[in-house]
Amino acid sequence: MMNLDYSVLLRALPYLGEGLLFSLQITLVAMAGGIVFGTLLALARLSRYKKLATVAAGYVNLMRSIPLILAIFWIFFLIPEIVAWLIGADHPVQIGTTRTAFIAFTLFEAAYFCEVIRAGILAVPRGQEGAGQALGFTYAQNMRYVVLPQAFRAMIPVLLTQTIILFQDTSLLYVISATDFLGAASKVAQRDGRLVEFYTFAALVYFAICFTLSKVVKRYQARLNKNVAHA
Amino acid sequence: MIKIDNVSKHYGPFQVLKNCSTEVKKGEVVVVCGPSGSGKSTLIKCVNALEPFQQGSITVSGVSVGDKKTNLPKLRAQVGMVFQHFELFPHMSLTENLAIAQIKVLGRRREEAMDKGMKLLERVGLKAHAHKYPGQLSGGQQQRVAIARALAMDPICMLFDEPTSALDPEMINEVLDVMVELAQEGMTMMCVTHEMGFAKKVANRVIFMDQGEIIEDREKHAFFETPASDRAQQFLSKILTH
Ligand SMILES: Nc1ncnc2c1ncn2[C@@H]1O[C@H](COP(=O)(O)OP(=O)(O)OP(=O)(O)O)[C@@H](O)[C@H]1O
Ligand SMILES: [Mg+2]
Repeated sequence: MMNLDYSVLLRALPYLGEGLLFSLQITLVAMAGGIVFGTLLALARLSRYKKLATVAAGYVNLMRSIPLILAIFWIFFLIPEIVAWLIGADHPVQIGTTRTAFIAFTLFEAAYFCEVIRAGILAVPRGQEGAGQALGFTYAQNMRYVVLPQAFRAMIPVLLTQTIILFQDTSLLYVISATDFLGAASKVAQRDGRLVEFYTFAALVYFAICFTLSKVVKRYQARLNKNVAHA
Repeated sequence: MIKIDNVSKHYGPFQVLKNCSTEVKKGEVVVVCGPSGSGKSTLIKCVNALEPFQQGSITVSGVSVGDKKTNLPKLRAQVGMVFQHFELFPHMSLTENLAIAQIKVLGRRREEAMDKGMKLLERVGLKAHAHKYPGQLSGGQQQRVAIARALAMDPICMLFDEPTSALDPEMINEVLDVMVELAQEGMTMMCVTHEMGFAKKVANRVIFMDQGEIIEDREKHAFFETPASDRAQQFLSKILTH
């Protein structure tokens, strides 16, 4: 039997907590930013201005065809060059792992949310938009008050599920040595030579959070279905 | 009030509307009928620019609908429209359905909008349901709310696109009653409907369309007593025996 020592966990808790907090922060920021940016992308893709639609589609397809880990790398190394070029500096301008994390995840999630939101918008009956127009709503008002609220209502389960995946994906940040939850666990595990304890603990925490969230999603979904049946 | 002059519309090679011209004067009620696919919905949707058209012109109260410079939202806010499938907003209560455009489009104060909405719900006999959501009402009730929602904007004229054709037979009259009352109060109305009883009661003129063309556009007695075209005659005998 292995010699396990769980007291090391206790001592590392504050550090792990910071890591978890960072993971949650990225998840929330990328979710919020992804929804806002993803909604704009979805509207662009559905726009009757062909060029706008094409540009948005290109962005979404690009993001969806590269692995997230590559996007993280890419932003980590590319953004400093771009910023340098923009402000005319001769050295890459480092933006740090934290900002890279926020930017990479937001840009990446936006592409995924875009597709969910686009499907949600398309699922709203066409006549609803006509009714809004007939009342004198502008395009923006029609989206804001008529189409998007209905689209989001139906999409919330899918958006939350995507967010759960996003939360798990934050662990990929180890590639740029950011200290997310898994990164933190990994660092102390190596330092203390307690891999089994820390990785087991990390797995349990991921499981607890994701399982609880997916239960919430299921419950919401059930309520939604019941309401639809009602209407 | 509504002037349609030589309007044509194409979907690719398919011509939906062929040189349609007609006029609805202030206070007039004009009924549009014709077989399925004849372009009735398309014509009526051109009036408030829900559908674009390629040739001809339409003016509503002097404002050109096809003109690029026309503020369409503003124009549409003055033209009430009622749809076949009601199109109430399912995520809003009836009061919100009636208030939202008054507030966001006309800039009315919330209490004022609510007040007006409540009066109109009372008028269509649904005041007791004010807090409910559209999904909780019958089709006939929903359509009455939809009419009230359009009226809340104080429209200068009303467009109806088959307002009763999605309803169970027993609910048709409750909606027609509201429309008759509206007509008798002098509302300018353009109604796509096959309810010939309604046409006989309140219409001034009846337009008969077939394959994108206005075949007949006549005073109602003349239309019903001696339809000029065979097609209108056949159509009438078909729907009147139903
Ligand atoms: N988006 C579209 N693209 C191509 N054809 C269309 C489109 N919308 C309508 N049409 C065609 O235009 C014609 C007229 O349609 P419209 O809906 O105006 O007819 P309608 O007289 O209202 O018929 P109904 O009684 O069935 O409502 C139909 O033949 C229809 O197939
Ligand atoms: Mg139609």
